[in-house]
Amino acid sequence: MSSIPMEAGLLLAGILFVIGMVSVMIRRNVIFMLISVEIMLNAAGLAFIVAGSHWAQPDGQIMFIFILTMAAAEVSVGLALILQLYHHLKTLDSDAANFMKG
Amino acid sequence: MAELLWLIPALPFAGALLLVLLGSRLPRALVTTIGVGSVGISAAVTLLLGIEYLSESPAFYHQVVWNWFNVAGFSPSVAFHLDALSMVFIFVITFVGFLIHVYSTEYMAHDPDYARFFACMNLFVGSMLVLVMADNLLLLYLGWEGVGLCSYLLIGFWYKEKANGYAARKAFIITRVGDTAMAIGLFMLFQTFGTLHIQTISTEAVQVWDTDARMAVIIAFLLLGGAVGKSGQLPLQTWLPDAMAGPTPVSALIHAATMVTAGVYLIARMHVIFELAPGAMMAVAVIGAITLLLAGCAALTQYDLKRVLAYSTISQIGYMFLALGVGAWSAGVFHFMIHAFFKALLFLCAGAIILALHHEQDMRRMGGLQKKLPIVFWTFLIGAASLAAVPLVSAGFYSKDQILWLQLAGENGNIWLYLAGLLGAFITSIYTFRMVFLTFYGESKTHVGHQPTMAIKLPLIILAVLSLVGGFIELPHNFGHVVLFSDFLSPILPTISVVPDFNRYEWMLQLLAAVVSLSGIFIAYLIYLKKPDLRASLHRSETAMAVHRFWHSGWGFDKLYDTLLVRPYVFLAKVNKDDVIDSFYTFLTRLAEAFHDLFSDSQTGLVRNYVMGIVVGAIMILTITIFL
Repeated sequence: MSSIPMEAGLLLAGILFVIGMVSVMIRRNVIFMLISVEIMLNAAGLAFIVAGSHWAQPDGQIMFIFILTMAAAEVSVGLALILQLYHHLKTLDSDAANFMKG
Repeated sequence: MAELLWLIPALPFAGALLLVLLGSRLPRALVTTIGVGSVGISAAVTLLLGIEYLSESPAFYHQVVWNWFNVAGFSPSVAFHLDALSMVFIFVITFVGFLIHVYSTEYMAHDPDYARFFACMNLFVGSMLVLVMADNLLLLYLGWEGVGLCSYLLIGFWYKEKANGYAARKAFIITRVGDTAMAIGLFMLFQTFGTLHIQTISTEAVQVWDTDARMAVIIAFLLLGGAVGKSGQLPLQTWLPDAMAGPTPVSALIHAATMVTAGVYLIARMHVIFELAPGAMMAVAVIGAITLLLAGCAALTQYDLKRVLAYSTISQIGYMFLALGVGAWSAGVFHFMIHAFFKALLFLCAGAIILALHHEQDMRRMGGLQKKLPIVFWTFLIGAASLAAVPLVSAGFYSKDQILWLQLAGENGNIWLYLAGLLGAFITSIYTFRMVFLTFYGESKTHVGHQPTMAIKLPLIILAVLSLVGGFIELPHNFGHVVLFSDFLSPILPTISVVPDFNRYEWMLQLLAAVVSLSGIFIAYLIYLKKPDLRASLHRSETAMAVHRFWHSGWGFDKLYDTLLVRPYVFLAKVNKDDVIDSFYTFLTRLAEAFHDLFSDSQTGLVRNYVMGIVVGAIMILTITIFL
């Protein structure tokens, strides 16, 4: 099995993370923000897998399972919050929910 | 019996407490019972104790109720000390106080704040009793301040009138000037003796100080300051005429039984210290002499019935100070007692007149009341005779004559003090009978509405009897020679020694005093009744009217203090409206507010901005960890 170099894996993870992060910052639709957060989580998971295979240790994969579980929980809570938000504001624009403005 | 001592002040306090807590919810009859009853029982206990005191004649009764506090060896106790001097005072306070309470039930009958009135009156009597029964100066000072507080509450009783509130504040603030001097005096006493127990100080002072010791003189002057403030003597007398803003029974209570006599009590009680300071003694006499003349002249020109009486109180307390100042201690206390009877009587009569004339106080609109209010007329006449010291029949003659006689015959006597007293007696009888003639004679000018009932008549009659016969317990040497009163006080107050070869002049001086008193009445009769044109010609004279205006304003003292003290103070307060020292603290709050504004701008409420903040923060931390 031809091995992919570790640098390429990490670079991909980094690019994915930055894409996710930038889109959290520039997106205003809450659903897209949630998706972007998922992308960031997967980027982190990818970095774990790459590192695990480089050192031939199972820890990376175990951590990925953890991240997957956590992401599932996060999505369920996040979607519930989005539903409530939409219920109250009739919109998915996160800028509309600025009640905490000082 | 002596263990009942604490009941005397405790009963009025209990009454006040009950009325303060429940007064507005109780029916009027019950309020009356509590208010009058508490002082009445207190008077009954006083009577029982007095009888026992007279029959047993111990040096004093003493009762420690509890230990007040104990700080660094200074442990004053709430303890009562009853000797002859206190006995005279508590007798006058409870009995005259009780009569005034009875009278008030009718005078204040239609007042909506009936319960508040009696609560304050009870507190007033209680505080005064603590003052005269205290065995240490700290407890005395508590009563002293309590009396000041109650005078404030009662002078401003009808607080909806702005002027009444002003008069109440004036009384409180001016007496405070004297109180501060007295407090400093107490600190110095404590510094010297390490205690404020009166008996200890009295016995130790003679050993610690020589006559004229600097410390003793300073303390005596400071105590005198307190006495001058409370007793309305020069230069702190201006509050007393304005104190007439309160209901008339309050004026009677302030002037006869409580408050203004506190200064006389303080000087008599601390006589040991004053005897060590002859300069302060002289000051007491001179202040008394000047005050009695100034106040007498001011009383001549007042039209408000109550203001005449107020100035006459200042003047009569001047006589007491005159007596105390030459060391005629028992004569001063005797005049206090007689004065309490006839001044309470005069005030209560004035109250009955004011009530009958629908709260008319101006004597120019009175007149002809002789027939319409016969009881009030006769009792007022008796009180006036006592105030004017009509010879032989009135009690005031015996007490005042004793003071005048001792001015000349006493060891510290002085012809000028005597002449001042004599002139004062002359002025007193003029203004007293001016009051009688203007009020009761001539034609009637105002309709008489309210006829006094039993609750008013009875106190008047009892006080009138006391004003007549009260003098017979102390008669001059050449005339009966009864010395019951001075004998009673002799264990407490030193007796004054009389220049021996002076006795043969005594009857001449008495005759002179009698002539002065009667001629004053005659002059008042001429001016105000017989020859109205004499009065009219006085009114036409420019100088007479200028003097009249000057005296009417009480020798311009109010104006003087206004320009000297009040105006500069108000001016300073206006200039420094935003307190200079305060500006530092306002700066601090401004700074905090500015930061608050700055940071609250960063809280946009937008999730994107917060994410941005987290990212920027994370990048900064990463940069730092990588490059450092």
